[in-house]
Amino acid sequence: MNIKILGPGCINCLALGKKVREVVQDLGIEAEIEKLTDMRQIMQYPILSTPGLVINEKLVSSGRLPSKDEIKEFIVAAKA
Amino acid sequence: MDNAITTNMLVEVKPKKGNNALFVWLGLGLVFWVFIYYFLKRAADFISFNVLGLSPSSHLGGSVSFFLYDAPKVLMLLVLVVFGIGIIRSFFTPERTRGLLAGKKETIGNIMAASLGIVTPFCSCSACPLFIGFVEAGIPFGVTLSFLIASPMINEVALVLLYGMFGWKVALLYIGTGLVIAISAGWIIGRLKLERFIEDWVLERRNGAGVAVSDLTGMTFENRVRYGLRAVRDIVGKVWPYLLGGIAIGAVIHGYVPNGVLASFMGKGAWWSVPLAVIIGVPIYSNAAGVIPVVQALLEKGAALGTVLAFMMAVVGLSLPEVIILRRVLKWQLLAVFIGVVAVGIIITGYLFNAVL
Repeated sequence: MNIKILGPGCINCLALGKKVREVVQDLGIEAEIEKLTDMRQIMQYPILSTPGLVINEKLVSSGRLPSKDEIKEFIVAAKA
Repeated sequence: MDNAITTNMLVEVKPKKGNNALFVWLGLGLVFWVFIYYFLKRAADFISFNVLGLSPSSHLGGSVSFFLYDAPKVLMLLVLVVFGIGIIRSFFTPERTRGLLAGKKETIGNIMAASLGIVTPFCSCSACPLFIGFVEAGIPFGVTLSFLIASPMINEVALVLLYGMFGWKVALLYIGTGLVIAISAGWIIGRLKLERFIEDWVLERRNGAGVAVSDLTGMTFENRVRYGLRAVRDIVGKVWPYLLGGIAIGAVIHGYVPNGVLASFMGKGAWWSVPLAVIIGVPIYSNAAGVIPVVQALLEKGAALGTVLAFMMAVVGLSLPEVIILRRVLKWQLLAVFIGVVAVGIIITGYLFNAVL
C-alpha cells in the first residue's frame, strides 16, 4: 500500500503524517508513507486544499485533518 | 461520486449517541451560556472588590476586574461564534466555491469571491493548491485574489473580539471594509493584467479542472453540529492561550498606563501613524486572539481607532508565511503588487476610520 501525505509543511500536514504513521503501526500493515511538499507534485492530484491524504494514488481526504478512526477506515477501504 | 468517500469525510466515527441526546445537551448549553454571560460583569466586580478586597480605583483593582470580566466574556463569545460559523462553513467547501465562481465575470466574481472567502473553510497554507485549482477552472485571476485576500483578513475570531469589545458597529465596519478591500484589490490587480507574472508551470495547467473529492453537501444537521463542535475544539483549543495572554496584557495596560499617553504618537493627529502601523503589522503574523485585546487597551489609552484597526488588519490579513507560500505560484513582481495594493487599501481604511469615527 502506498500512502502519500500532501502539504507544504504547515502544522496540519505534519499532524496528519504523525497520525497516519500511528494508524499504520496500530493496524500492523505494510505501507510506504511519503510526504510530498513540492507544489508541482502535490498538484498531480485533484486537490484544492491541503493537507491531503492519498492512498494508492487515490485522493481520499483534503482540506482537513481526519481523525485516526477515519484514517483507519480509509486504509481498510483501500485494502479491500 | 463515490458514496463511501463522501460519508467517510463527514464526521468522526463515534459510538452512536441518539440524536436527541446531542441536541438536548446543545440546548442546555445555550441556556447556561446566556445565563452566565448575563451575570459576568457583576461576578467579576464582586470577586475583585468584595472577595479579594481590591479597590476599584486602584491599578491592581482595575486590572484584575478587567481581566476577570473580559477573559470569560471573550472566551464565551468565541465559543458561540466559532460554533455558529462552523455550522455555516459545513455548507461550503473550496470545491463548491470553485464551482460557484467558475464562469463568473469580474466585478460580480470579485464580490462573490470575497463573500465566499468569509464562509469557506480555508487555511492559508492551502493558498497554492487553491490558487492553481481556481486558475484551472478558468476563474479570472483577480477574482481568485479577492478570495485569497478576504479569507484570512475577515477572521471570525477577530470578529467576535471586536464585537465583544467595541460593539456591533465596529464589528460590522470590520467586515465591511475587509470586503471592500478584498473586492477592490482583486479587481484592480485583475485589471492590471499581470497574468504573465504567474509562475509558468501554473499557467500551463489551464486545461480543465480535475475531478476533486466530493463536497460535503450531503451532511445531516447532526453532522453539521458535530462539525461545529469540532471547530470549537480546534480553534478555541488552539487560540485560548494567546487570548488569555493578550487580555492579560490588555488588563495591565488598562490598569497601569495613564490615560492619553498614546494620543501623541498613535492618536488622530499623527498622520504618519497609520502607514507606520500597517508597515509594522504586515510582516507580523499573529492570530487575532492575541492582537485584539492589546488593541482594546491601546484604544483606551488614546490611540486612534483607525490606526489601531489598520494595524490589526495588517497583522491578520497579510502574513509572512502566507507570502512565502504564495511565492511558489506568483513571481515576486506580482507578489509585491499584491502586498502593495492590499497594504494601501488598509492604510486608506485606517485614515477613513480616523476621519469618520
